[in-house]
Amino acid sequence: MVTTEQAVKQPVTPEEYKSGLKPVWCPGCGDYGVLNALCQVYHRLGLKPEETMIFSGIGCSSRITGYLKSYGFNSVHGRALPIAMGAKLARPKLNVIAAGGDGDAFSIGIGHFPHACRRNIDMTYIVMDNHIYGLTKGQLSPTSPHDMLTTTSKFGSIETPINPILLAIGCQATFVARAFSGNIKHMVDVITKGIEHRGFSFIQVLSPCVTFIGKDQFLIIKNLLHYLEDDPDYDPSHRTSAFHVADEKDRISVGVIYQKKKPTYMDQLEILRQNAASKKKKKLADLVEIFRP
Amino acid sequence: MKALITGNEAVSIAVKLARVEVIATYPITPQTNISEKLSLYCSRGEMDADFIKVESEHSAMATLVGAASTGVRTFTATSSQGLALMHELLHWASGARLPIVMANVNRALGAPWNIWCDHSDSLSQRDTGWLQFYCESCQEVLDTVLIAFRVAETVSTPAMVMLDGFILSHTAEPVDIPEQEMVDKFLPRQKPLAPIDPKDPHTLHAVTGPDYFMEFKEKQYEAARRAEQAAREVSVEFAKIFGRNYPLTEGFMCDDAETVIVAAGTSAGTCRYVVRKLREQGRKVGLMRVRTFRPFPFEEVNSLLAAAKRVAVLDQAVSPGSEGVLFQEVKASLYESAGGRPAVYGFVSGLGGRDIVPEYIEEMIEKVENSGKEKLDRVNWLGLKK
Ligand SMILES: Cc1ncc(C[n+]2csc(CCOP(=O)(O)OP(=O)(O)O)c2C)c(N)n1
Ligand code: SF4
Ligand SMILES: [Mg+2]
Repeated sequence: MVTTEQAVKQPVTPEEYKSGLKPVWCPGCGDYGVLNALCQVYHRLGLKPEETMIFSGIGCSSRITGYLKSYGFNSVHGRALPIAMGAKLARPKLNVIAAGGDGDAFSIGIGHFPHACRRNIDMTYIVMDNHIYGLTKGQLSPTSPHDMLTTTSKFGSIETPINPILLAIGCQATFVARAFSGNIKHMVDVITKGIEHRGFSFIQVLSPCVTFIGKDQFLIIKNLLHYLEDDPDYDPSHRTSAFHVADEKDRISVGVIYQKKKPTYMDQLEILRQNAASKKKKKLADLVEIFRP
Repeated sequence: MKALITGNEAVSIAVKLARVEVIATYPITPQTNISEKLSLYCSRGEMDADFIKVESEHSAMATLVGAASTGVRTFTATSSQGLALMHELLHWASGARLPIVMANVNRALGAPWNIWCDHSDSLSQRDTGWLQFYCESCQEVLDTVLIAFRVAETVSTPAMVMLDGFILSHTAEPVDIPEQEMVDKFLPRQKPLAPIDPKDPHTLHAVTGPDYFMEFKEKQYEAARRAEQAAREVSVEFAKIFGRNYPLTEGFMCDDAETVIVAAGTSAGTCRYVVRKLREQGRKVGLMRVRTFRPFPFEEVNSLLAAAKRVAVLDQAVSPGSEGVLFQEVKASLYESAGGRPAVYGFVSGLGGRDIVPEYIEEMIEKVENSGKEKLDRVNWLGLKK
């Protein structure tokens, strides 16, 4: 993307990264924290609104695109990732962020998640996980804990929830982190690292739905938090430790759980192109050789 | 028993009365409280059914295709984007000749996002091989779900029942809830077309080459056409048991009408109000409500419309690059009418929940009666902002 002149007045405070549209979230919803954190991240990284694009699917959380002063794309339920990928491939210099809920990411859209992880396109995916379908008023989601009471599990859920962190590490994501919307300062650090990471970054933000699960969620989660940054022995490049942290039952670890340096999809495409160009004069049979997986 | 219930509750109660055995749904506004009610009935044991909270509508339909293949009665409900996502499996359900029944709470399709009523979601699935019924009241919704099961199972073809989003789905009306024994009598278990026999295992739906594929499709086509006669017979039987009669199309003051409005869904109620009002002024107007859209009731449509001078079709869906959907169908039907050939005009309104008010209907009638063909377009928009 060629931008010689800045098209939009550069915001000078985090607040100025807000679009001015008043959020329709319930008072106390965890998603306000994510919006505020994102504004601070944009400010910290000095992101230009016209070079930043945030994609979402559908859900309460997916409304976040409209509240930020950057390009926003409020897409179809579950399709934030492929649409964001398409934009990133067409405009590699755009800062691309995808955001949405646990339903969007792990029920209807789950087919895209493993591929986004393994493809390692340079973008950031923030899932505001409230363990419920908020927008449609409180039905069971794929991250709802076993036994949870919801409007579609009035006597408790009999299903085993998806563990998004385990899933992401298992699917070869190169940056996997968790944050809590009740701690904005920490969330800002985590999201900043995610955006700075070259490759696909997945961030699960525990973002309580106060209306359909309850205000006590903030306290319950807060009391279980364990900050990985406080643990000098924790090495996020160690995959087995990351799996271990992701599988904890007695506490909730937040921070960067796993990070690995790996060429991005675009890096690899560039190498492929160069190889193909240098072998231009070769016969068709050699070309076939290059593209053999 | 009479109860004050919404259209969505009417659906849920009908599904319970029909003794459905497998339900799979994914929530979507304005369908969601059907999912919630049915899941409650199942977990409380009020229904002897499995309720599966699938991860998408595509999976909902896939689950039902699997379940219905074993011969059990199955049901799902959806709206708009959810119905669109099912598209691939809608063809599969009808091709596999599975009598799955679904309620579609009519809602506009994006972009841009909209959660309110129009008919673009179901009408854009018209060629998927599903029978389609459009309802006007909560009572009709309840009754039509039962009728849909009976017709679907008679011709081994899936059926969807449409109710206008919010206008019916979330509005309570007094509804007569039938007795379980009477429903059992009306809806006996029918033998599936291709029952699974554990003593003789088969592979279903394997690749069928050019030598036989067309024969399958012809049989599917014939079954959906046969549904026309089946729906007439089932209506007669339904009326005998329950005292309510549902013809494939409903004519209102059509007998001597010079101008007839054609509508589907709840907008027919507004049209009826306007027709009555204009009749009081001595104007010869009438209404034909299309209740059964698939199979398309050519006979009824032609006999109700042939004597009119002009027909104004009110569409809540438009086919970009062509015309209103109902308009196309009505025109095509009249082309082969042995009787008269009225002038047919197409109007589009009520997209994305825009209220269809009586003034629009009056405007439509004024236009077809006074402006003539040359002044009207292929698609005439009602209530469009300038
Ligand atoms: C194809 C399709 N199916 C269903 C819906 C209805 N729907 C909208 S949002 C949503 C779930 C939202 O849950 P989540 O992604 O967790 O977001 P939250 O509201 O909890 O933030 C559903 C089922 C839809 N819009 N499209
Ligand atoms: S319903 Fe829940 S997730 Fe949605 S805005 Fe309200 S608190 Fe937030
Ligand atoms: Mg959620």
